[in-house]
Amino acid sequence: MDLNTLWFILIGVLFTGFFFLEGFDYGVGMLLPFLGHDDRERRVIINTIGPVWDGNEVWMLTAGGALFAAFPHFYATLFSGAYLALTLMLLALIVRGVSFEFRSKDLSSRWRNGWDWAIFFGSLVPALLWGVAMSNLLHGLPVNAAMDYTGDFFDLLNPFSLAGGLAAVAVFSLHGATFLALKTAGEIRERSLAAAKKIWPVAVLMLIVYVILAATTTDFFTRMGYDPGVVPLAAVVALILVRYFLGNGKEGWAFVMTALSIVFSVITLFVGLFPRLLVSSLNPEWSLTIYNASSSQYTLKVMTIVALILVPFVLVYQAWAYWIFRKRLTVDSELEY
Amino acid sequence: MDALTLARLQFGIVTVYHFFFVPLTLGLSVLLAIMETKYVTSGDESYKAMVKFWGKLFLINFAMGVATGIVQEFQFGMNWSQYSRFMGDIFGAPLAIEALLAFYMESTFLGVWIFGWDKISPRLHATVMWLVAIGSNLSALWILAANSFMQQPVGYALRNGRAEMTDFFAILTNGHLWVQWPHVFASAVTTAGFFVAGISAWHLLKGSPRADIFRRSFRWGTVYGLIGTAAVILVGHAQAQYMFKIQPMKMAAAEALWQTENPAGMSLFTIGNEKERRDVFAIRIPGALSFLAYNRFSGEVKGINNLQEEYVQKYGPGEYVPPVAISYWTFRIMVGAGFLMLLLGLLSLRASMKGTFEESPRLMRWMFWALFLPYIANSTGWIFTEMARQPWIVFGLQKVADGVSNTVGAGSVAFSLITFTLLYAILIVFDVKLLTKYAKAGITEAAEPAATGEMA
Repeated sequence: MDLNTLWFILIGVLFTGFFFLEGFDYGVGMLLPFLGHDDRERRVIINTIGPVWDGNEVWMLTAGGALFAAFPHFYATLFSGAYLALTLMLLALIVRGVSFEFRSKDLSSRWRNGWDWAIFFGSLVPALLWGVAMSNLLHGLPVNAAMDYTGDFFDLLNPFSLAGGLAAVAVFSLHGATFLALKTAGEIRERSLAAAKKIWPVAVLMLIVYVILAATTTDFFTRMGYDPGVVPLAAVVALILVRYFLGNGKEGWAFVMTALSIVFSVITLFVGLFPRLLVSSLNPEWSLTIYNASSSQYTLKVMTIVALILVPFVLVYQAWAYWIFRKRLTVDSELEY
Repeated sequence: MDALTLARLQFGIVTVYHFFFVPLTLGLSVLLAIMETKYVTSGDESYKAMVKFWGKLFLINFAMGVATGIVQEFQFGMNWSQYSRFMGDIFGAPLAIEALLAFYMESTFLGVWIFGWDKISPRLHATVMWLVAIGSNLSALWILAANSFMQQPVGYALRNGRAEMTDFFAILTNGHLWVQWPHVFASAVTTAGFFVAGISAWHLLKGSPRADIFRRSFRWGTVYGLIGTAAVILVGHAQAQYMFKIQPMKMAAAEALWQTENPAGMSLFTIGNEKERRDVFAIRIPGALSFLAYNRFSGEVKGINNLQEEYVQKYGPGEYVPPVAISYWTFRIMVGAGFLMLLLGLLSLRASMKGTFEESPRLMRWMFWALFLPYIANSTGWIFTEMARQPWIVFGLQKVADGVSNTVGAGSVAFSLITFTLLYAILIVFDVKLLTKYAKAGITEAAEPAATGEMA
């Protein structure tokens, strides 16, 4: 395996980690105004992700930095091409980033209610736009021979990418609901389970729409064949099993299944892309690939060594942080935020 | 305005704004770690109250730094795509390492620190704060490694129209990095020191409860801030001498030195005509600039006009003179603020040691207002170092005009510029409001009212 392929895999791993972890943060944020009926309950909901959301967001920053380092042309084309969409996403992420801290710093209900909606939109917008962005990589964007994006904002919005955005919102909400059920006790847990059951059919429906559009508007099935293998199937099975475990009240397993469904979906997307990074809708020859968009071999080698040394540490101490905050929260718990 | 001007304006605004919050995070994280270590080793609860009070302000500031930091990583690809293609090898790698090594560390352990007071032992809790401090300061090191390349390219080869990395260790051992990072670290220590000393002075002036803690905080802040200021001046001097060698144009602009001189005089005050590149009115100290550059009163310092000719021969026709007035004044404001801090810090330290500080309301008020001086110095310092590198984005390798995104129109940049600026304006109001509220609230006997928000 060459270094370009290795970095394609590593970036796939970073995005998988990002969607798995921030997926439930976004989901919890989107559910916050609906599942928390009073301030105390909303604080419980925020506190379930309070200690970890920032560390989870670093998965996105690392993925972005790794793209810049390993595939600078891809980073440059995508980020300048999706300029307005990314501006919207950044505005949302900035607001979300301060809202957890700021919300807790004043008792007035107007202040807190305002920040609750900031958290809601600050979670909804990135979830939607990440779904749109990842889908567009496979769908294809107008990219010319010089690797320049020649479209505008509306070229980012096509049936497939919009379905991807909505599917991301639905699946992350489901993931957030199973996470909340796992991390809380009492009424909030009951409400989260009920919400998960309601969201589940929507998520399944969105996934079906997404797969149909993948078959009709992308080259996924023509390249992979109609039996694309065990990974996409596992994503579907995991999503179906979510409902089974929700019915049994086994939210721990339900959470594992929403997580696996996200992980396998992201892997499927990356497998469908390989060895391309961004499909050109103008001419397949102009697609950005892991070879024409990459850094020098020397840089890839340096970054490989650095990643192999550092990633294990990150995994260990992030796991440790989750272990410390493993207990369920209730309205009677000591809360920080 | 064209897309390039708008993109530059946006970069300036979001970056200077981001750097309002960064130095306090860098400096205060270390100071909090020291305070908490003192709490653990002494077992004295008043140190815990001290950590909690300053920790609250730290967290409000930290949130702003993190939120505005996301833009920093995305904007290179968004607004400077040609730069990103050209520099991916060299700029992307440190950025990725910064995330992998530093961002994970500071964010994960800060989460544990905020929520872990009762979940882990005090000793481990203090260690966690040290890890946050190390993580934050490592992130500064890596991003400055990237910036240092833009000031002084090393360890690369021009291939395939890109600056490709050939020597990772050359980038890490770049001489510029090792004057720049100490400078930034020392100014972060200064920022935190004056922040702590300033707010403590205010409480001592108002006669707030727990004067014992504020008296101690004041002394710690003053000493910490003074160490930082002294270091910043010493390192700054070394950095300036280094810049005379690697970017003489930057220093010539800082000093508004039009013609090469030997010995070179230093401008005390200049009103210049930037278009015709000459002085209208100037007071100069003979030989002082040579001394600044070489530690002796003779030696050639190159002037702007001579360097312009030299660069035309070296890089081809073009304008290689940065905006002189901006360079000259930002440099002077930065240096002036630094020496003012040194003076105020020394006065306060003397008064504090003699026990007379609290008898001098005037000095106490001065020390409160002095907390803004580091912010002025930090901002003007960055504006100077980036503006006085113009027209280069990467010195000698790529011009700013060649680095901007070629596919993003002026309308798009105007939209992002306006929305970011508006959002930032709103957020700074909230940020200052909350900082003021919690700084004023002081320390009450009740253990931790603010954390649960019962203070409004």
